[in-house]
Amino acid sequence: MSALRVISAMSGGVDSSVATARMIDQGHEVVGIHLALSRTDSNGKGRGCCTLDDARDARRVADKLGIPFYVWDFSTAFAESVMDNFHSEYAQGRTPNPCLRCNEKIKFSAVLDRALALGFDAVATGHYAQIEHGPDGVELHRAIDPLKDQSYVLGVLTQAQLTHSLFPLGGDTKVRIRQEAEERGLITAKKPDSHDICFIPDGDTAGYLVRKLGEQPGDITDAATGKVLGRHSGTFTVTIGQRRGLNLTVPAEDGAPRYVVDIDRESGTVIVGAPELLDVDFIRAINPIWAGAPLGPDAVDVSAQVRAHAEPVPARAYVHDGELWINLSESIRGLAPGQAAVIYSGTKVLGSATVASTNRVGKHTSLHES
Amino acid sequence: MQRVYLDHAATTSMLPEARAAWLEVSEQVGNASSLHTSGRAARRVVESARESIAEDLGIRPSAVIFTGGGTESDNLAIKGLYWARCAQMGTRPLTLVTSAIEHHAVLDPVLWLVQHEAAMVEFVTGDAVGRVGLGEIESALDRGNVALVSIMWANNEIGAIQPIHEIAALCKKFNVPFHTDAVQALGQIPMNLSALDAAAVTISSHKIGGPVGVGALLVDPTVKFTPVQHGGGQEREIRSGTFDPASIAAFAAAIRYCVSVLDEHGENLRELQEYLISAITSAVPEAILNGPPPGETRLPNNTHFSFPGCEGDSLLMLLDAAGIDCSTGSACTAGIPEPSHVLLSMGVDEKTARASLRFSLGRDSSKEGIDQLAQALPGVVDRAQRAGSVSA
Repeated sequence: MSALRVISAMSGGVDSSVATARMIDQGHEVVGIHLALSRTDSNGKGRGCCTLDDARDARRVADKLGIPFYVWDFSTAFAESVMDNFHSEYAQGRTPNPCLRCNEKIKFSAVLDRALALGFDAVATGHYAQIEHGPDGVELHRAIDPLKDQSYVLGVLTQAQLTHSLFPLGGDTKVRIRQEAEERGLITAKKPDSHDICFIPDGDTAGYLVRKLGEQPGDITDAATGKVLGRHSGTFTVTIGQRRGLNLTVPAEDGAPRYVVDIDRESGTVIVGAPELLDVDFIRAINPIWAGAPLGPDAVDVSAQVRAHAEPVPARAYVHDGELWINLSESIRGLAPGQAAVIYSGTKVLGSATVASTNRVGKHTSLHES
Repeated sequence: MQRVYLDHAATTSMLPEARAAWLEVSEQVGNASSLHTSGRAARRVVESARESIAEDLGIRPSAVIFTGGGTESDNLAIKGLYWARCAQMGTRPLTLVTSAIEHHAVLDPVLWLVQHEAAMVEFVTGDAVGRVGLGEIESALDRGNVALVSIMWANNEIGAIQPIHEIAALCKKFNVPFHTDAVQALGQIPMNLSALDAAAVTISSHKIGGPVGVGALLVDPTVKFTPVQHGGGQEREIRSGTFDPASIAAFAAAIRYCVSVLDEHGENLRELQEYLISAITSAVPEAILNGPPPGETRLPNNTHFSFPGCEGDSLLMLLDAAGIDCSTGSACTAGIPEPSHVLLSMGVDEKTARASLRFSLGRDSSKEGIDQLAQALPGVVDRAQRAGSVSA
């Protein structure tokens, strides 16, 4: 690869630190950028950032690597494209993935667009995924480390975006990356991985949503009997497939554990029942995004993944009326509207779409109509 | 590639005179508040520096209160005067009169008093070139209950020199203490404080070629200040804390040098300023000069431009890559650029305010450096405009 002018998105974590170092080693002209995304306004002026430590770590890694470093403020775009969307999706009873949305709208859109306009050729990140050059263009593939593979959250990228994306870590394991960070003397080498949504640092999504959307209490009812078993403080505080933390006051007649199997946003009711009620074998997903050539009306063999760390399942997928329809060969338990379904051919990402409704195993009526 | 430093208003290179003074004193041991021979020797350095500064600026040595820099001096002036005036007048809250174009080191202590002590504030606005109106100050004073008036001598972003003597005379008429932040004015324009009726004047060392971390509040010794920082009782108990004789000596040496070459320095910079302005406007015809026209009402080291359609942080980054250091305005600790409150208060819209850069000249600035800027600018502006249009 000839030398490129590369913007390296430096979160202040170990992965993007090593990714940046590797880009430099490959002879590219690299500028480090830390994205200021969510901002706290605890001092009433909106000048504080919730990630000051991360910004500092990123800066110190850039210092060590001897590259220019800047902070780019995308907090307004992030609030509009990611956080507002997160709130409204939950308010409408859906389960969005903000990281995926951020990749789609911020990192590989707003940031990439700015980088290209400024004369850069590509944006590099510390995501675990691989770019390969196939006969029909650039392909996005799974990382070799199945525990770290992040191709799912990159499934929203188009061919145009992938053409200008670099993922230097996808051919390595996390263990190896940490070792390398240590060998390179990067201060982020021992930094723990972040798992939380960046604007909900305490990990309490339900509490966050109650603060944002207000309490909207309602009944929790039994799927079989229709009996009221408890109360919730907002349909957005529970997720399809959730078992813990429901505080049910009436035990089940059969004593079996009960799961959230449906959310009726109209009446504000959360319905719980046996886990079998969660098994789905058909997904109707809308607004598909294709990494390369789009699928057509003829079904093809794919594997489908519906969560960042879910096992992919074999499936047949096709496009119907502009929607992505997926027949699952094995059922998936617990799938909520709003989640992204990413489909693969082997390790290659074909595309993704947003789950609109699903069919329960053995039923032909839609359980979770959006 | 030779780097071109055009951010002297942020900080400027240290003068050899200042460095020599610092190194010499740094070899001495002794706390200037100690009573023994070494302590007295350290104290001698501090007092000589105090006399030197007083002589150069036309004040009495007792008027010089050494501090840790401009921000500390401003905090001491604003809070110290406010609290002393409340105690004196036996009433609170009182009103603070200041301008919307002040540095954050003045604005934030004022807003702190508003938030925490229910102080009232009247913001005098700047006109289209960033000069504050005397009429607004007079009507604010006329309404009474004013604790103090604080108006900067010259603005740090757009270089507007304020009618400081007229404002001081107004304050005297109403018998209200007047503070001015003169951090940007010192070393750039004549500053004879004997002719100024001010209760307090803020100055800082590193803006004129002294070390960072030392400054002074020049006070009218008859005016009472409530201390902000309590401790060993140095500086007539107005500012506690161990003296830093090396930095204080270097500060005095820098002032001595700047005052001695002031006329020549001003002439040189005015010529370079003109050269810089015409270089920028020929390179980028759509560029807009913010602030007063070059001349008596503008600092000789300051130029400030808006480049319509660009983003200031993109401009800064691309110029940085082209070897040129300049600045966009105030920044938070994480380095996120905010649109300038100074430009906003002058009526500039937020988009144009974000499209702005300050180029400030210093002793080592040259026409060659300005040529390098002019050569880089058209390409840089073109790219920053494209970046501005994709993120709009």
